[in-house]
Amino acid sequence: MDKNINITLKVWRQKGPKEKGAFETFQLKDISQGTSFLEMLDILNEQLINEGKEPVVFDHDCREGICGMCSLYIDGHPHGPDTSITTCQLHMRKFDDGATITIEPWRSAGFPVIRDLMVDRYAYDKIMQAGGFVSVNTGGIPDANAIPIPKKDADLAMDAAACIGCGACAAACKNGSAMLFVSAKVSQLALLPQGKVEAARRAKAMVAKMDELGFGNCTNTRACEAECPKDVSISNIARLNREFIKAKLQD
Amino acid sequence: MWLLNSSIGKKLIMSISGLFLVLFLLFHMAMNVTAVFSEDAYNMICSLLGSNWYAVAGTLVLAAGFIVHICYSILLTLQNRKARGSDRYAVNSRPKTVEWSSQNMFVLGLIVVGFLLLHFAQFWYKMMFAELMGHHQIELGGAMVSTQAGAQFIKYYFSNVVIVVLYLIWYVALWFHLTHGFWSAIQTIGWNNTIWLKRWQVIGNIFATVICLGFAFVTIAFYLKSLL
Repeated sequence: MDKNINITLKVWRQKGPKEKGAFETFQLKDISQGTSFLEMLDILNEQLINEGKEPVVFDHDCREGICGMCSLYIDGHPHGPDTSITTCQLHMRKFDDGATITIEPWRSAGFPVIRDLMVDRYAYDKIMQAGGFVSVNTGGIPDANAIPIPKKDADLAMDAAACIGCGACAAACKNGSAMLFVSAKVSQLALLPQGKVEAARRAKAMVAKMDELGFGNCTNTRACEAECPKDVSISNIARLNREFIKAKLQD
Repeated sequence: MWLLNSSIGKKLIMSISGLFLVLFLLFHMAMNVTAVFSEDAYNMICSLLGSNWYAVAGTLVLAAGFIVHICYSILLTLQNRKARGSDRYAVNSRPKTVEWSSQNMFVLGLIVVGFLLLHFAQFWYKMMFAELMGHHQIELGGAMVSTQAGAQFIKYYFSNVVIVVLYLIWYVALWFHLTHGFWSAIQTIGWNNTIWLKRWQVIGNIFATVICLGFAFVTIAFYLKSLL
């Protein structure tokens, strides 16, 4: 049964990218366990504003787990202690009365802190712009069944396409590597006939951009896959390695 | 050159050099196990691997493999620490599917290299190196022995319980390093998917266990023999 709980929050506060940050502690009373984690933060900010203090800055948008905007490293886990969900889908019933909850921003050189818990994830957009698309000369919309695609490939491509680009993979990785994200974006297209045409160029361009932006080198710890809210598999990383090595050997 | 510049290229170098060293371990283990059953056979292998030109060439290739693997591990670790950023998480957790060894490969590698130096000082320096310097006999525990009498060296060192324990610690570190390293190397080459991941992990675990048990068997067998 959901009840009301009292909690202590340890929240990372940081004025700007170059400023030094520190934890600030807040007490929240009578929080219903039915509230979502972000609603709980809304309540905290309401309280702070009423006290005339600066509210805590954090990213959020759709609040239904599909946009990839929410982040937060909660008690040592990106998107909180629950598995296969984003922070906005996390509820306070996952926490006990009297709990101390530590909330940190993504920490990775590729994602500099903008303010408090909000980080700059533009790096992922830049990787996408480098090649994460299919170049199409527009025309009429073809029938969905015009190109036959084996069910297995369609499923694998869909699983990779579930990636919402939230950055949890790089945040969870001890090497600050973006390989799970890049591999999902390469895989979702490389598996399909429409995307195969440009597969070699895509793999090379996206990996080059990823390296250029200062993301780390994957050492296959599998932390990304364990923390991914969309359960993207590291078999995609193997596929990316394959696509990349194949493309380079063909040159 | 993509092999040297790209992240995947650098990891491929780690992967290939690692697999090469794994093959060497397999050979070294097989050679050692021989010593338990026939010291003469072992000494024959030692004389074959003395200062012959092919043995020296092989040693150089092997050394190159070690140096590449070690240099790239340092380079990649430094880059990865930089990519992680200067602020560290206050609270850390290790998900169930994340092996402890996978997050401590560099530390495990350091332990392995540390013992490797000890091993070099005890065996290689007094055997192949001494022979290359033109000596055919060397002093070992107060007696002169041939630089090709490998079994004498094993018997001498592994009668000391401290050295035996140190070597066993080495094998344990090596086991942890190999259990992650093996499937990780395959993954980096790209020969992996959801089904083969589990298979490679099992194969890697069996492989690491066989290698380390083989080495431990020789070490313990010679210690027990010394007690008789």
